[in-house]
Amino acid sequence: MDQQNIYQPYLMQIEKITEEAPGVKTFRLKFTDENEGNNFSFHTGQFGEYSVFGEGEVTFCVASPHTRKGYIECTFREAGRVTTELASLNEGDTIGFRGPYGNIFPIEDWKGKNLLFIAGGIALPPMRSVIWSCLDQRENFKDITILYGARTVADLVYKHELAEWKERPDVNLVTTVDPGGETPDWKGDVGFVPTILDRMQPVSENTIAIVCGPPVMIKFTFPVLEKYGFTDDNVYTTLENRMKCGLGKCGRCNVGKVFVCKDGPVFTRTQLKQLPDEY
Amino acid sequence: MEKELKILKYNDLPKLIERFRTQGYPVLAPVRKNKVVEIETVESLDAVALDALLSTQSAKKAAFPKVEKVIDYTLGKNAVQQVPVNPETHPETILFGVRPCDASGFKSLDAIFGDTPRDEFYLKKKEKTTIVSFSCPVADSYCFCTSVGGGPGNTAGSDIQFTAISKEELLVEILTEKGAKLASHFTDLLSDTKGDIDKNKFLAEVKVVFDMNAVVGKTTASFNNTALWLEQSLRCIGCGACAFVCPTCACFDFQDEQNTKKGVRLRLWDSCGFSLFTLHTSGHNPREVQSQRWRQRIMHKFAYMPEQLHVVGCEGCGRCSRACPVDMNIKEHLTSIGEIVTV
Repeated sequence: MDQQNIYQPYLMQIEKITEEAPGVKTFRLKFTDENEGNNFSFHTGQFGEYSVFGEGEVTFCVASPHTRKGYIECTFREAGRVTTELASLNEGDTIGFRGPYGNIFPIEDWKGKNLLFIAGGIALPPMRSVIWSCLDQRENFKDITILYGARTVADLVYKHELAEWKERPDVNLVTTVDPGGETPDWKGDVGFVPTILDRMQPVSENTIAIVCGPPVMIKFTFPVLEKYGFTDDNVYTTLENRMKCGLGKCGRCNVGKVFVCKDGPVFTRTQLKQLPDEY
Repeated sequence: MEKELKILKYNDLPKLIERFRTQGYPVLAPVRKNKVVEIETVESLDAVALDALLSTQSAKKAAFPKVEKVIDYTLGKNAVQQVPVNPETHPETILFGVRPCDASGFKSLDAIFGDTPRDEFYLKKKEKTTIVSFSCPVADSYCFCTSVGGGPGNTAGSDIQFTAISKEELLVEILTEKGAKLASHFTDLLSDTKGDIDKNKFLAEVKVVFDMNAVVGKTTASFNNTALWLEQSLRCIGCGACAFVCPTCACFDFQDEQNTKKGVRLRLWDSCGFSLFTLHTSGHNPREVQSQRWRQRIMHKFAYMPEQLHVVGCEGCGRCSRACPVDMNIKEHLTSIGEIVTV
């Protein structure tokens, strides 16, 4: 790839498409140029700009773990112009990818600790990268708990992986759907994520909490974590804002003086509290 | 390099453009078109509007064009082939007859595009542009360059600066290596200066109206001063004209243009004043109302850029105020920020 041109994407072939939920798909992408693929590396938490040629670019995290090489995955909901075009593509089609951009989840610093993952809806994909990156080196962490909620049973993404995590004795998975979103054979919980979290009485000692979800979920989850003694330095989340360049130049994604693309997207709650209300 | 002072006869000025053209350099200069003065390619001095107070648009397009191709591709069955777009292929260009605020405006763009990762599309063009500015013999009430560290004879950013010191003669300040290289094409037309020349005598008077450090400090502290931003922006219609004429605004957008076989991705100027600028697909907008977008405009230039890039994103050219269809005046707004009494 031409290093002079920071806006030129890698070409990626769609190797596999998985239907996750209504309107939600996962693409497994392979580098068209094998050399580029071999030289590519990223770290969990980072994101990229995916392009449908002729439509433009769209920003998502890399949803696959950095511990697995040779491909990347992204999971997206069909919502706007580019994602609608993206959703209409087939296996074998070519798209563009620029990245990896942004900072990372510091999982090296979390070794020897308990991990509590809390996700809502379509925000499981960024967290899935972290979860697998940790599960692929399971011996380095103590208890791993995952709380995942969606509006309805159909809206839960990564259903096969949820089943796999449920089976694992070394993972404590709790799934929940919003009241009214359950089906007759639903075996998980019913209730909003913050309510279920409160009922779980999470232990804050030696525990890192990672929270990803819609703003309203995050807003009500933080007080619950606070109630159980989680300090702001031990609570992580990711922010998203509209982006074009992903490189701190186009002027869109800043929250006050902080660029989500360069300084984020991963922030601790301590950092979040210092940001002005502009996200 | 140490600056070199020379004298050029006004009558010899047309020869300069002729020689630049003979050497094959494209020359960009202010050109009068009906009521506006654009920065355009010229073939001779006749076309150059040297008497214009200021071009309507800034000179930034010499290195940061309004529309620019960043990727180029061909579509095949299932496959896409990219034709590499190389930022290197820009010819040596001369930006002639611009004002000192245009020349110094490039330092903001240098900082934004030069920050890692480096944007070579801008940097290569800038590197290959030699800037020949003309100091300002007149100013108008919109000008406030002296309040933001500039001035009618400010040489920052210029490679050569001309100042008219009589009807017949121009003072030539050769300021950089690039300037010296360009001056080598007209050395025979230059003569030595006789005695000390007080350049200031020939410059417009532009009064300092506010203390820039106070404005930077108070802007930085005013994020939550909702009333301030609302009051200043009540009239703003979010048209973005201010950003399009500004010499330091660098925000951009990408758009794809494609037919059935071929396509390009274009980089285009954008503005933080537009409501769509930060709109999420979900409908959420972090800068939902115009006052928040106005705050972004002022804070980016006077709080974030000074802190992170060590440059104030304003040259006091006043173009934004001249272009504003609802008559907002940034000089007045900054003055009022400077007068905020901190508790």
